[in-house]
Amino acid sequence: MKIEFLIPSLACALALASSAPALAQKKYDAGANDKEIVIGAIHPYSGPASAYGAIGKAIGAYLDKVNAEGGINGRKIRYIALDDGYNPAKTVEQARKLVEQDEVLLVFNPLGTAANTAIQKYMNDKKVPHLFLSSGATKWGDPKNFPWTMGWQPNYQSEAKIYAQHILETKPNAKIAVLYQNDDYGKDYLKGFEDGLGDKAKALIVSKVSYEVTDPTIDSQILTLKATGADVFFNITTPKFAAQAIKKMAEAGWKPTHYLNNVSTSVGAVLTPAGLDNSKDILTAQYIKDPTDPQFQKGKEWDDYVAWFKKYNVGANLNDGFNVYGYTVAQGLVQVLKAAGDNLTHANVMKQAASLDMTLPMLLPGVNVKTAADDYFPIERQQLARFDGKTWVLFGKVYGP
Amino acid sequence: MSRPAKAHWAWLGGALVAAALLVLPFLFKNYRVFQFNLVLVYAVAILGLNILTGFNGQFSLGHGAFYAFGAYTAAILMSLYALPYWATLPAAFAVCFVIGLLIGFPALRLAGHFLALATFALALAVPQLLKYKAIEHYTGGVQGIVLSKPEPPFEFSLFGQPLSADRWLYFFCLFVTALMFLLAWNLLRGRVGRALVAIRDHPIAATAMGINLPLYKTLAFGTSAGFTGLAGALGAIVVAFVSPDSFTVTLSIFLLVGVVVGGVASIPGAIFGGIFIQYVPNIADALSKSAPAALYGVLLIALMYLLPTGVMGGLRRVWARMRARAPG
Repeated sequence: MKIEFLIPSLACALALASSAPALAQKKYDAGANDKEIVIGAIHPYSGPASAYGAIGKAIGAYLDKVNAEGGINGRKIRYIALDDGYNPAKTVEQARKLVEQDEVLLVFNPLGTAANTAIQKYMNDKKVPHLFLSSGATKWGDPKNFPWTMGWQPNYQSEAKIYAQHILETKPNAKIAVLYQNDDYGKDYLKGFEDGLGDKAKALIVSKVSYEVTDPTIDSQILTLKATGADVFFNITTPKFAAQAIKKMAEAGWKPTHYLNNVSTSVGAVLTPAGLDNSKDILTAQYIKDPTDPQFQKGKEWDDYVAWFKKYNVGANLNDGFNVYGYTVAQGLVQVLKAAGDNLTHANVMKQAASLDMTLPMLLPGVNVKTAADDYFPIERQQLARFDGKTWVLFGKVYGP
Repeated sequence: MSRPAKAHWAWLGGALVAAALLVLPFLFKNYRVFQFNLVLVYAVAILGLNILTGFNGQFSLGHGAFYAFGAYTAAILMSLYALPYWATLPAAFAVCFVIGLLIGFPALRLAGHFLALATFALALAVPQLLKYKAIEHYTGGVQGIVLSKPEPPFEFSLFGQPLSADRWLYFFCLFVTALMFLLAWNLLRGRVGRALVAIRDHPIAATAMGINLPLYKTLAFGTSAGFTGLAGALGAIVVAFVSPDSFTVTLSIFLLVGVVVGGVASIPGAIFGGIFIQYVPNIADALSKSAPAALYGVLLIALMYLLPTGVMGGLRRVWARMRARAPG
C-alpha cells in the first residue's frame, strides 16, 4: 500500500522538478548565473601604449553606471580588467586567466592586432566569445574560420572602400598615387582601396610606392609619386610618416586631392607638426563623435555623456576620444547581453552579437551597428571629413553598407 | 657521525622537493600551470644573463634580443620546417651561441657601461629587424607566428586531473630547466667558473695568472646568449605565439631585474628572479589600474631595501644566523 502510494507521488515530484527549469528557461555557461555576469577585458594599462588604457577604464566606468541602475535583466556585471602592457605574450597569459581561472562569459575588447592574433586561436579552441576587438584589421570578420571572434570598429578595408567610392563619384578620371606602409596594416588598406575601385583600379592607380617602418624619411617616395603627375593621393601612413609626407608635399609644391587614413588624423600628433596650413583640405573618414568638436557638444546625447563622465569616469580627460570609444563599445556589449536575456551561454552571446541592428548615441548620425551570421563587421559606415586648418569638418553623405 | 646524518637529511629534503615539484601541476588549474611554465622559462633566461653579468661582470641590457632570436628560431623551425618542438631547443641554443660569440667578440673592446649601451642598442633594434620585409616569409612580419601547443605523448591522470598539454609542458620545462641548471652548476663551480669570477674581480691579475681573457669573455658571452636563447625557444613553445612586440626592450630590462632580485652570481637565485618577473607585474596590476608601473617600481625598491643582495643573499644571511645560534 505504502509503496504504491509513493510511486505516483514520486513521479509527480520528479515531473515537477524537471518542469521547473523548463518554465524559467534559464541557461548558463561559465561566467553567468542568476546574480551576475562576469566579463573579462584586456587593455594596456602599462607599457608603451598605456594611453589606450583609458578605453578599459571607460568601459569599467560605463558598466558601473549600468550596475548602479540595476544591472542587466536583474544581473550585476562583474568586470575583470587586466593589463597586458601591450605585450602579446602577456595577452595570452591574461586571456587564459580570464577563461580558465575567472571563468568569464566572454573576453571583451582586447587591444592591438598582435595581441588579438596571439589569442584568437585559443579563444576559438575554447569556444569562448572574443568580442568587439580594439583593432582595425579586416581579419576579425571571418565567421567561417573563427566563429568566436568579432571586431568592432570600421576595418581598414571598409574605410579604404569609402575613399575609393568618393573618388569614383567626384573624379572618375583621377590619376591616383598611393603611398603605403609595407606591412599587414598597409596592405589591408591597399586591398580595400583596389577592391573599392573595382575594374578601374588598374587604370586609375598610376603609382604605388611603399616604405618600411624602419625608414628614416619618406621624402624620396613623395618625390617619386609627385613625378607621376597624379592628382589624387591616398596616404596610408602611420602618424610620424603622415606628418613627414604632408610637410614634404608642401615643400615640393605637390597639391593633389589628399586622402589620409583615419589612423593618422590626430591634430596634435600629426597635423600640427606637419603644419596646419599644409594640412588644409586633407580628407579622411570618421565614424565616432569627436569630444572636442563644438557641433557635438550639445543635445541629450552629449548631456548624457557628460553626466556619466562626471559621475563615473572621474579623473579622466573629457577631451580624450578614447573615452568616447570605451563608452560606445560598452554600450554595444550591454545591448548584446540584454538581447541574450536569460540564455547566457557562450553560443547565445555570439548569436546575439551577430544579430545587431542599432545606432548608438556617440556614433556619428547615420552610422549604425549591424551584424549578421555571415557579417562580423559591426561598424562599417563612415562619413568623410575635411580639415579646415583648425579642425575636421564633416561633409557629404554617410558611406558604407 | 654528524656528517652522514646531515647528508641523509639533505637527500630526504631533496627527494621531498622533487616529489612536490612532480605533483605540483596536478594540484592547480591549467592556467596556473602555464604560469609555472613561464617561471621556469624566465629562470633559465635569467640564469643565462647571470653567467655573463653575475659571474663574468659583463653588463648586458640586451638579453631580450637573444631571447627573441631563440623564440623565433623555435617558431620558424616548428612552423616552416615541421621540426618537433623538443628538437628546436638545441638549435636555438646553437644559433644564439653563435650570435653571442659574434657580438661578444667586438664587445671585448667595450668595457662596463659602453657594453651595456651597445647591447641596449641591440635590444632596441631587434623588434624592428623582425618586422623587416625581406625576412617576412620566415618571421611572419608584424603578425608574428601562431604555433600549436604540443600534445602530451600519453594519457595519464593524478588526483582526477588529466595530463593536459600545459601539464605535459610543465614536465618538459622542468626537465629542461633542471638540465640547464645542472649544466651551469658544473660549468661554474670548476676551473671555468673560477676563471670567469677572476676576470670579473680583477682582469689584470687574471691575465697574469694565465687566463686567456678574450677567449673566456667571448665564450661567456656565447654561453650566456645560448642559455637565454634556449629559454626563448622554450617560451615560444609555452606561449605558442611569437611576434616582434613580445620582445621589446622592456624584456631585457626585466631579465636584468630578475638577476638582481634573485641574487647576482647565484645559480638558484635565478628561480626567484623568474618568480619575481612573472608574478610581481600581476600583483601590481591587481592593486591598481591607474599606475601599475609605478607600483611595480615601489615593490622593486622595497625589495631592494629589504634584501640588498637579492633573495639568495637574504636566505644565506638567515641561514648563517641560524647556524650561529644553533649549538655546536
